[in-house]
Amino acid sequence: MPPKNPAASSDQAANLYEGSVPVARLKDSKIYRHVLSVLVDNEAGVLARVTGLFSGRGYNIESLTVSEVDKEKQVSRINVVTSGTHQVIEQIKAQLGRLVPVHVVRDLTDDGPSIERELALMKVVGIGKKRSDALRWADKHGASIVESTAKSFVFQMIGTTAEINDFVVGLKPMGLAEVSRTGAAAIACGDKAIDHASDDDGEADIKLSE
Amino acid sequence: MPDTGISSEPMLGAAILLKALQEQGVEVIFGYPGGAVLPIYDELFKQNSIRHILVRHEQGAVHAAEGYARSTGKVGVVLVTSGPGATNAVTGLTDALMDSIPIVCLTGQVPTHLIGNDAFQEADTTGITRPCTKHNYLVKDVNKLALIVHEAFYVARSGRPGPVVIDLPKDVVMTPGQYETAPRGIRRKKHKTYNPRTVPSDKAVEHAVDLMLAAKRPLFYTGGGVINAGPRAAELLRELIALTGFPITSTLMGLGAFPASGQQWLGMVGMHGLYESNLAMYHCDVMINIGARFDDRVTGNLKFFSPSSKKIHVDIDPSSINKNVVVDVPIIGDAAVAMEEMIRIIKAKRQRTAKVDIAGWWKKIDEWRSVKCLTYTQAGKIIKPQYAIERLYELTKDRETYITTEVGQHQMWAAQFYRFNQPNRWLTSGGLGTMGYGLPAAIGAQLAHRDALVVDIAGEASILMNIQELSTAVQFRLPVKIFIINNQYMGMVRQWQELLHGGRYSESYTDALPDFVKLAEAYHCAGLRVSDPAKVDDTIREMMSIDKPVIVDVLVDQKENCFPMIPSGKAHNEMILGRESTAEREITGEGAALV
Repeated sequence: MPPKNPAASSDQAANLYEGSVPVARLKDSKIYRHVLSVLVDNEAGVLARVTGLFSGRGYNIESLTVSEVDKEKQVSRINVVTSGTHQVIEQIKAQLGRLVPVHVVRDLTDDGPSIERELALMKVVGIGKKRSDALRWADKHGASIVESTAKSFVFQMIGTTAEINDFVVGLKPMGLAEVSRTGAAAIACGDKAIDHASDDDGEADIKLSE
Repeated sequence: MPDTGISSEPMLGAAILLKALQEQGVEVIFGYPGGAVLPIYDELFKQNSIRHILVRHEQGAVHAAEGYARSTGKVGVVLVTSGPGATNAVTGLTDALMDSIPIVCLTGQVPTHLIGNDAFQEADTTGITRPCTKHNYLVKDVNKLALIVHEAFYVARSGRPGPVVIDLPKDVVMTPGQYETAPRGIRRKKHKTYNPRTVPSDKAVEHAVDLMLAAKRPLFYTGGGVINAGPRAAELLRELIALTGFPITSTLMGLGAFPASGQQWLGMVGMHGLYESNLAMYHCDVMINIGARFDDRVTGNLKFFSPSSKKIHVDIDPSSINKNVVVDVPIIGDAAVAMEEMIRIIKAKRQRTAKVDIAGWWKKIDEWRSVKCLTYTQAGKIIKPQYAIERLYELTKDRETYITTEVGQHQMWAAQFYRFNQPNRWLTSGGLGTMGYGLPAAIGAQLAHRDALVVDIAGEASILMNIQELSTAVQFRLPVKIFIINNQYMGMVRQWQELLHGGRYSESYTDALPDFVKLAEAYHCAGLRVSDPAKVDDTIREMMSIDKPVIVDVLVDQKENCFPMIPSGKAHNEMILGRESTAEREITGEGAALV
């Protein structure tokens, strides 16, 4: 189990300018779990660019979700759960940020409290005690029944990755036959929202060559 | 030409492509035709403003475009066919990515309806080139073609430059569509996602200057980023160095940004860098990195890299910062803008003379300089490779000279012994280390600088990797000179085998080399050979007097090693000078597993 990420707030105060990360933080060799949200243009190959970056540079992906979030502007949101030292996480964010179709990269773990949810569908096959145990277990964890036959149930559960992990582990001896999970979607708490029209003040242009 | 928007007449995709290239100011394309790009070649045939240089292999096309781009600062353009045309270009694209060279590479593709069908000469070009380009496009709609071309040039040259591929299905270039001019105007249109920061944070620069002015043992460490930031950056670097009085070293990629003739110049840093540069890196207390990326060839063992310095790092690419080395002051922005700010703030802040304050540091540096780490002895009847390059420098330094190299010992000797005083004159494959780079790169540079002397300092092994490009040089009357430092070994491989593998020279000796003089003649070039040290000067003069491509086969000492050297896994203060006993230089342990 990775150590809990220390509150970033004290470090944030030291963040005087872009790219400035306290040296002590970068030299911390502990591994932390981070949830990153990346808004990208929904174009062919964009997911391959992101996953290729992770595999090509040896970064870890714990889960990845992707879906269009703005049909009109054709913007998709990729949520990546990854882990690494602070130095590696900073590197991942910088590497993602320089991909051409990426609008914005946010580190939900560093930027303050956030909410993380995933949905899981679990099929349990069995009769008798196993079946009744499974029902009780589902009830205890707040999983709902979305389909049932005489020999099977499909449970649905929405929760954090850890909650679902716990539920799945307990379900194993109760006839668990199949699991399908979405991976984590995440969003920051409070009234702050990610704007995909970046507020960067650069002087970009598509001008003619000199 | 209308100022914005769409021109009314529909035109074929291939014509749209050519028009967009013209609008982007393209004068030269390096390419090789094939089935999927025939409609584009047909359009090329109908116009005169863009010149096509027919290479002999697509890898050569990309390297030639790199040579053109590096020596001019413009974007290099490549045109190749689908399938093998595109896959052959991959090495060149990777080379351009590693060395941050702006390239736009147009690749043919099978018609849209055949994509994914394993059609003849089909390859998943965007898939294959995704990790070796800065960005790539597959054009599916002819009406988007013009804007994609404009955007590709913008992406290739903006921020940290790099290669961009545009994959063009044959049906798209054969379909009529609308041309769109590049967005322009007084208030330039911002790109919707890609807007690299060029102006650094004031606070960051000010913090950097405070560190610089308080330094006792400061050192500038500059790289290819200064060259990519344009001639103005090189001028500002000179001003900044003069203003501070600090010593300066540079990576392989940054040579020429600061003149090698300057008093404050220490020479190249890194694995085969100079003793004084590497020790200064090790012992400095403030390091000012401008446009270099703490590459492993430079840092040696990271655990012992410059242990007592505060580090300032200027880079336009945020991902270069804190990647290998954790820095104290990151400055994200264009090197020229950052240096301009540094100069302004230093002038405003400074009340003391740095030259006096760091006199002790200069004294130390002068002690290291007095080791004269590049010393070699040219005695007897065998030419020392260092001597050949040193003479080449002496005899060519008064001309406008561009030097390209292949990869290996000769490349390092060229970096050590050829002294560059201007940016954009030194073209070498630094990041990827691509053997076969030098000849096509020389062709690209010569094409852009018809009256200059362009010399590829080569090894006899590397040159054979793209020797076919001699034919290109001859066809386009490009009088490039190929100066082969011939030791009959893959010299750097042999050197490592000597140092790491007990002198077991596995496959590093080239048996059955061609007769390079006859080879030159077979290609309608001139061939010269020299083995007598006393005749080196005359041979170089003769080479320079011949107005066509020349191969000079310089037969050199087979056993000469390239020193100084930081053995792999070692720190800057553990470099070997080549004067040690064999046992002392043997590389064992962890270092033996590194490259």
